[in-house]
Amino acid sequence: MKYSKELSRNCGIRGSASKEKEVRTMFGPRIWRFGSLSDWVPEVQRLQNEMNRIFSGLPSPAPGNDPLINVWVNNEGVLLTAELPGIDPEKLEIAVLADRVTVSGSREPELLKEGETYHRRERSFGRFSRSVELPFKVNSDKVEAKYEKGLLEVRLPRAEEDKPRKIEIRSA
Amino acid sequence: MTAEKKEVQKQPASTPVETERTKLRRVFVPKVDIYETKEALVLLADMPGVDEKSVDVTLEKDILTLRGVVAPRAYKGYSAGFAEYREGDYERAFSVSEEVARDRIGASVKNGVLKVVLPKAEPAKAKKIAITAG
Repeated sequence: MKYSKELSRNCGIRGSASKEKEVRTMFGPRIWRFGSLSDWVPEVQRLQNEMNRIFSGLPSPAPGNDPLINVWVNNEGVLLTAELPGIDPEKLEIAVLADRVTVSGSREPELLKEGETYHRRERSFGRFSRSVELPFKVNSDKVEAKYEKGLLEVRLPRAEEDKPRKIEIRSA
Repeated sequence: MTAEKKEVQKQPASTPVETERTKLRRVFVPKVDIYETKEALVLLADMPGVDEKSVDVTLEKDILTLRGVVAPRAYKGYSAGFAEYREGDYERAFSVSEEVARDRIGASVKNGVLKVVLPKAEPAKAKKIAITAG
């Protein structure tokens, strides 16, 4: 109680409002907008991952963000590309559901025989999965995927019923 | 006519002078796995976008250099939406301490992964030292 009173005096806020209200007006409404501090945790983590990715010499995708993708667009749909070196194309899975595309698969580790030792091991292995939500429905019959030189290309055409339609205007 | 403005100020260089590439392209350090078997040293490098024609492996003295060139990609009729990764060339060098049989070095590229096999030179293979009591 004493604390808040002192603060309000220092800031020149005077009035008959309750203690809590005094503190709130002092900080302004902005800081309270997010509610509790724990609501910020995912956002801070995302930021941290992003920073780590930018500042580390070797790019390493954050979990849930693997593989990294590039998206190319035109009126007919999108083209999604991903760098996935050393994957058996048989084990690569692409699933389309309405406007959601999921690319998943696994990187197989090189199995060493007895007496063989690693000098260094930087390449990642294990399962990966990435989902992308598109701003339109996909014509799942016409999805094309190509895997070449460790690059995956998925062409996702827009569904006919979801394409923008030109409306003719008739004069009365 | 308007001439293109270029920086007039001289750029100070660091000493010793860093070697630069003639092509102004992004260069990445490929991630590698290196393991040793009884007969050879095996190196695997992730270089997506590279094929057997665009990769270059050299061993000079004891420096093994890997270079991969990736052709810039543009998709006809598409414009870039958003990008999480960037493309560029690959370059990395290692010093190999092991004696290598230079004439039998093998390299292959599959699905964007470069594999280099450096067979160990004969004398290094059997190097068991007999210990006598006395």
